[in-house]
Amino acid sequence: MRSSTEPAASPSSTAQHGLPPQAADIAAELSGFRREMLRFATLQLRDQASAEDAVQEAMLAALQGADRFGERARLKTWVFSILKNKIVDIIRRRVREPTYEDPLGEIDDADFDPLFQSNGHWQRDTRPSDWGDPERSFENRSFWAVFDACMNRLPPGTARVFMMREMLGLETDEICAELSMSSNNCWVVLHRARMGLRLCLDQRWFAGTGGLAA
Amino acid sequence: MMNCKQATRLMSEEMDHDLAAGERLALRLHTLLCSGCARYREQMAFLRQASRQQVPDDDTPQSLR
Repeated sequence: MRSSTEPAASPSSTAQHGLPPQAADIAAELSGFRREMLRFATLQLRDQASAEDAVQEAMLAALQGADRFGERARLKTWVFSILKNKIVDIIRRRVREPTYEDPLGEIDDADFDPLFQSNGHWQRDTRPSDWGDPERSFENRSFWAVFDACMNRLPPGTARVFMMREMLGLETDEICAELSMSSNNCWVVLHRARMGLRLCLDQRWFAGTGGLAA
Repeated sequence: MMNCKQATRLMSEEMDHDLAAGERLALRLHTLLCSGCARYREQMAFLRQASRQQVPDDDTPQSLR
């Protein structure tokens, strides 16, 4: 952990940044969310340095508006909403870069053909099986490690569209506009992402004892 | 008659936009008859729920803190 990423906590540094007087207390609260924010940003940006930047910027913005927040739960919700906007800004910039991955070409529909018989119905052994009471997995740390691993196994552009939709909570129209895709192509990419993520969780979590033993 | 491959595509799309009335009806019929696709649909809802857990709100489970 780099020391430069620690939030400003001393009275002199808060004065330097023109921060409200209660900023030191808020900074302490915010530093408690830092690990979670970093995980969230890293998952979506797949780049530690950009994730660190986004988290720092979000924390600073939260500090600057610190006088409006008296309650920890609201502070957390708020700082995450700032972080979401920072992540969208970074994605927006990346779309214009030459290294941008086009999500549509990453997964071929034929990749999922082995799941189905030639008539389009599930194969006997790929028919979705019962996941039991999957919400119980939310309490299990190991589940989240598998979830992150499955997300990271999706190709980067595909994962980006999925996370913009499901984690950042954007409507498909907004995602299409940001990424210059047609609605239909957005839906196709989301379908492939869900298919891939479901398959990975099925194989790596629910098919084992992990889900049931959660 | 809709097959499972087509149904999975529509089960994803219904999470992103309103389906046409005919598509909704055909999908409903399919999932009534096909237990695999009925589970697939539940699992899609679970994926959404899991993804939304990534953004903490006031009900964030302890395991994420």
